[in-house]
Amino acid sequence: MSRLSYIGARLVKTVLITIAVILLSFFLIRLAPGDTATVMAGQAGFADEAFMKSLRAEYGLDQPVPVQLWKYVQAVAQGDLGNSFVRRQPVLDVILERLPNTVLLNAFALLVAIAGGVLLGMIAARRPGSVGDASVTVLSMLFYAMPQFWLGMMAMLVFSVWLSWLPPFGIETMGADYTGLARIGDIAVHMILPGVTLALYFMASYARLTRTAMIEVADQDFVKTARAKGISEGQVARRHILRNALIPLITFAGLQAAILVGGSVLVENVFSWPGIGTLAYEAVTTRDNPLLLGIFIVTAILVSLFNLVTDIAYSIADPRVELGR
Amino acid sequence: MKDFLRVFLSRPIPLIGLVIFAAIVAVALLAPFVFARGPFTIVGMPLLPPGAPGLLVGSDVLGRDMAVGLAYGARISLLVGITSTLCAVGIGVLLGAVAGYYGGWLDDLLMRVTEFFQIIPSFVLLMVLVAFLQPSLSSTVIGIALVTWPQVARVVRGEFLSLRGREFVQAARTLGMGDARIIFTQVLPNALPPIIVVSSMMVGTAILTESALSFLGLGDPNLLSWGSMIGGSRSAMWVAWWTTVMPGLAIMITVLALNFIGDGLNDALNPRRRR
Repeated sequence: MSRLSYIGARLVKTVLITIAVILLSFFLIRLAPGDTATVMAGQAGFADEAFMKSLRAEYGLDQPVPVQLWKYVQAVAQGDLGNSFVRRQPVLDVILERLPNTVLLNAFALLVAIAGGVLLGMIAARRPGSVGDASVTVLSMLFYAMPQFWLGMMAMLVFSVWLSWLPPFGIETMGADYTGLARIGDIAVHMILPGVTLALYFMASYARLTRTAMIEVADQDFVKTARAKGISEGQVARRHILRNALIPLITFAGLQAAILVGGSVLVENVFSWPGIGTLAYEAVTTRDNPLLLGIFIVTAILVSLFNLVTDIAYSIADPRVELGR
Repeated sequence: MKDFLRVFLSRPIPLIGLVIFAAIVAVALLAPFVFARGPFTIVGMPLLPPGAPGLLVGSDVLGRDMAVGLAYGARISLLVGITSTLCAVGIGVLLGAVAGYYGGWLDDLLMRVTEFFQIIPSFVLLMVLVAFLQPSLSSTVIGIALVTWPQVARVVRGEFLSLRGREFVQAARTLGMGDARIIFTQVLPNALPPIIVVSSMMVGTAILTESALSFLGLGDPNLLSWGSMIGGSRSAMWVAWWTTVMPGLAIMITVLALNFIGDGLNDALNPRRRR
């Protein structure tokens, strides 16, 4: 299969996943007690039969389920995720307003996780079984056993409450009205705690993955050739081993994106980061079901797009990859 | 069995895990007898530090004994962890067995579904599920089971795929056994080891997930759990570190114990990993 047709097949798969997400959402709506009409009537403060009936007719709730489903799919495909019960704004607008902050935080966390993980993995792989190697294993065991939001609170306790080194809340200093570089610096400082908290959990897995890959690649013939040519040990590690060991990390980043987003919902809430994670919490506490569901749809589609990108990147980075299926 | 116990108990890590886990189970079972007054009773001033008279781990924002809260919280964590895993294993074994045994379009469909669950952010889906079903103990359990069963199904399917062509299965077929009987009495017992290892790890993950849900206020509002204790302590953390640290430690120790046990089970049940 050529690369173009592989990309085509992956595109089709992404579209299918999106359709599945929309279908699932339609059935999730049916899970909640009451329908849009009951909620609207509740907000209006009164409800006689005629009013409910007119509401149901207005929202098409009196039509057969397949018709409703078709209308729902059409609406979502056009970016209409309904209106927020509480904010009385289109759900998509509310989400898009917060989305950049979440993307920023997740991208930063992913970079920190990969950079830190690769570094730790290289240290561990240099001498398997050494103290450095063992401590990476022990740390990752501890991180896997603690709730990520609690890790964030502990970081806040140490670095904000006790040491007062880093700001504990928000994305920038309230009322400071920084502009330009000063503002970027301010945001960066606010991003450290939530970003590193989010990254630490994944850093452990990246470290393990890098370690295994480095040990595996170090055994292959082309590395021996490089050594035989007299290239220094550091150059062999960086230019020959690491480059090839990094390729599996691309796929891994895609596979972990869904978990990253879930963790981000919690970490954002700990640090009051104004992204869609705090928005999801607001949606839960105000019982704003359309908004909560909209967040699910948007994050699911974004993660599947990210997976599409990593799959394509992988097929370019490793031309040996089987382009089947 | 004897062989299994010998390997399982030969290393210290699984043994430590087992001892800690047994202690937590004992605390959970004894809580209503030792602390009959329940976790919501106010016993004194709020935010008393650990070691204050009669308060082993201090009191919380409302002046409730946190030791009692931790003991009752163990009940919720274990209950949710174990029941949601059992449900997930039930669904996963059934669907994974059918897919692996029959193959074909059923198998294709199931694999697409498990892939789908890997790609979507399952914690966000879980939030939607629990919020829409209304937060309660049962919706937490159902929600966690619904987003985790594909993991089990994948493992079971793989095992069935490799076992279905073996001689003992062919022999059973020659004897005239029906498919259902072959699946449950012949193949499934042989596929059990990896299922047990996966489910032991899932209990710990489910406990972490439950704590995250109740931290966000999506737990049962009538029950005190470790996650809701942390969620309720957020404003107090600045002056009373123990309100946040203690419930988190409880979660970490429990999950660590379960992971230790899972590690031991993996070594004991998986001959390839024996050293």
